[in-house]
Amino acid sequence: MSAGRTEISTGRTRSPRRAAHARLVTFRVVVLGLVGLFFLVPLLSMLDFSTRSFLTSGRTGAAWAKLVTDPLLAGSIVTSLVLAALTVVLMLVLLVPTMIWVRLRVPQVARPLEFLCLLPLTVPPLVIVVGLKNVVLWLNYLFGDTPYVLALLYVVLVLPYAYRALDAGLSSIDVTTLAEAARSLGAGWATVIVRVIVPNLTTALLSAAFISIALVLGEFTFASLLNYNTLQVAINLQSKSDAQESVAASLASILFAALLLVVLSVVSGGRGRAAGRRSGRTTAVTTGTPAPSLPSS
Amino acid sequence: MTTQTSSSPRTTGGGGVEVRFEAVERYFGSTRALDGLDLTLRPGELVALLGPSGCGKTTALRILAGLDEPTKGRVLVDDRDVTAVPANSRDMGMVFQAYSLFPHLTAQANVEFGLRLRKVDRARRAARARDMLDLVGLAHQADRYATELSGGQQQRVALARALAIEPSVLLLDEPLSALDAKVRTQLRDEIRRVQLEVGTTTLFVTHDQEEALAMADRVGVMSDGRLQQLDTPQELYAHPRNAFVADFVGLMNRVPTTVTDGRAVVLGVGVGTVDGSVAAGAGTALVRPEQLLVRPDDSGSAEVMFVQFSGAISRVRVRTADGSELVAQIMGSALGGLTVGARCSLGLDAERLLVTAS
Repeated sequence: MSAGRTEISTGRTRSPRRAAHARLVTFRVVVLGLVGLFFLVPLLSMLDFSTRSFLTSGRTGAAWAKLVTDPLLAGSIVTSLVLAALTVVLMLVLLVPTMIWVRLRVPQVARPLEFLCLLPLTVPPLVIVVGLKNVVLWLNYLFGDTPYVLALLYVVLVLPYAYRALDAGLSSIDVTTLAEAARSLGAGWATVIVRVIVPNLTTALLSAAFISIALVLGEFTFASLLNYNTLQVAINLQSKSDAQESVAASLASILFAALLLVVLSVVSGGRGRAAGRRSGRTTAVTTGTPAPSLPSS
Repeated sequence: MTTQTSSSPRTTGGGGVEVRFEAVERYFGSTRALDGLDLTLRPGELVALLGPSGCGKTTALRILAGLDEPTKGRVLVDDRDVTAVPANSRDMGMVFQAYSLFPHLTAQANVEFGLRLRKVDRARRAARARDMLDLVGLAHQADRYATELSGGQQQRVALARALAIEPSVLLLDEPLSALDAKVRTQLRDEIRRVQLEVGTTTLFVTHDQEEALAMADRVGVMSDGRLQQLDTPQELYAHPRNAFVADFVGLMNRVPTTVTDGRAVVLGVGVGTVDGSVAAGAGTALVRPEQLLVRPDDSGSAEVMFVQFSGAISRVRVRTADGSELVAQIMGSALGGLTVGARCSLGLDAERLLVTAS
């Protein structure tokens, strides 16, 4: 029977293939191991340093406890979290309806909008701060001397990343047809956006939001130069008086951002697998976001 | 607005409305997509707009849906001018060429969407959606999401969704073009059955003449933004008004001839000419394959080039003495003697033909 022939013919090609596969697997494991070490060693060192008790040579959670008990650090954590939330809300309110509207009604301005949104990438944060210093003075005059005016600047900072994430989400669905279908069924424009388009952008929205949070929690330049006490500024200050507490706060912020990305990955993966199951195929969900980074400058 | 869900939920607003396009023009920049379209859809009828890409048929449908605005002219529904009425207030159900089910909703929720906007209470909404899904044969798939349905099923749900709101007009924008041939034929018949059952005035846009002829009460053939002819499928096929319609609908042979006093001699047979033909002089007679007679004849001037046996009806391609090729459609049982390379004589089974200028 032909099965026998098949066995023989595949048998001839199997061992070199298997060897190549084994080499590939080894290569992958080595690369993964090296990259893992590159990331993990500093993190583990931070954990080790922040929990080391120099008096008893044992372990202590004192530095971590200070994240909550130290008023300077605790206050800065709250400030940064509120700033992150404000930035996300402002960014979504500003960008989501604008991008949907441009796609549906004025596609000819899509390019200028993209250029505008990506522009902050090309301008160093230092230049932005210097340029916006007077604007911030006006904001202080209007809203009082509150660190939360930084949210308006952070919206500009996160625009490129959020734009990319949302643009990828909008490109993955047929916005025009869905909108026209909803319109023909009696939906006004607000209903089209809120009940038809946005529910199909969940992954892109989460992606844009998490990237924005990560960026805001890691932002130092704006806050420092404008003399506001955010988490990164507090870490920097604290590092001069209590290095352990400063390292604990750094590690906490890194872990928090990493946790957000894991959540995003799980949510995206879950939705992708569900869609793949529904359509009977494997669907890769691309969030369209760049690799997140925690700018410390 | 509140939709009335009657005790017999398979009926629509009331036997259909009259739709009228009056001298509708649409320009995109300097490009003229519609050139003075005048078209009336009678209450309850299904009119198909047929034409090649760019002929303006989809533009006409989108203008009726309110998704596009005419540059000039009016659109009336039961004598009410709806030209300036926004799409979401027009009360028209639409099925799109692209799959348009909302991906985040189940089939049931998709069908309920329009009813929810009309604030129909939950129980009636659910009952109406179930009825509509049942109407298109998908009641058992109500909990499925769009990605869990095949293309044909998605278009069925889209049809149910469009009908659920009891639209005054149903608009079908090439809903079958993304489907494979078998599903297309099934769904074509199903759409027609549903349309007859609910009695909604329907405008159907397609570039597939078979679909148009099979489904529509009347077919409008469009070209260059103009309605070339609006007629029943039978009339359109039998009496095309001009060369474009004749060419676009069905196969057509072109036979050189000369018109004298309203008569032409085509393949040696004298025939009358229909309105729209050239008055006198040289022209081209348009002959349907089934109007062409082919007989085995050793002394005939034509030669059989190709025989396509397809059961009851077969096609024969012949080359005439002047080198032109003609296609004849004959009964499969009459193929005897007509083999490739055989000589044959040609005849004509027509009393009047359209003769266009050469």
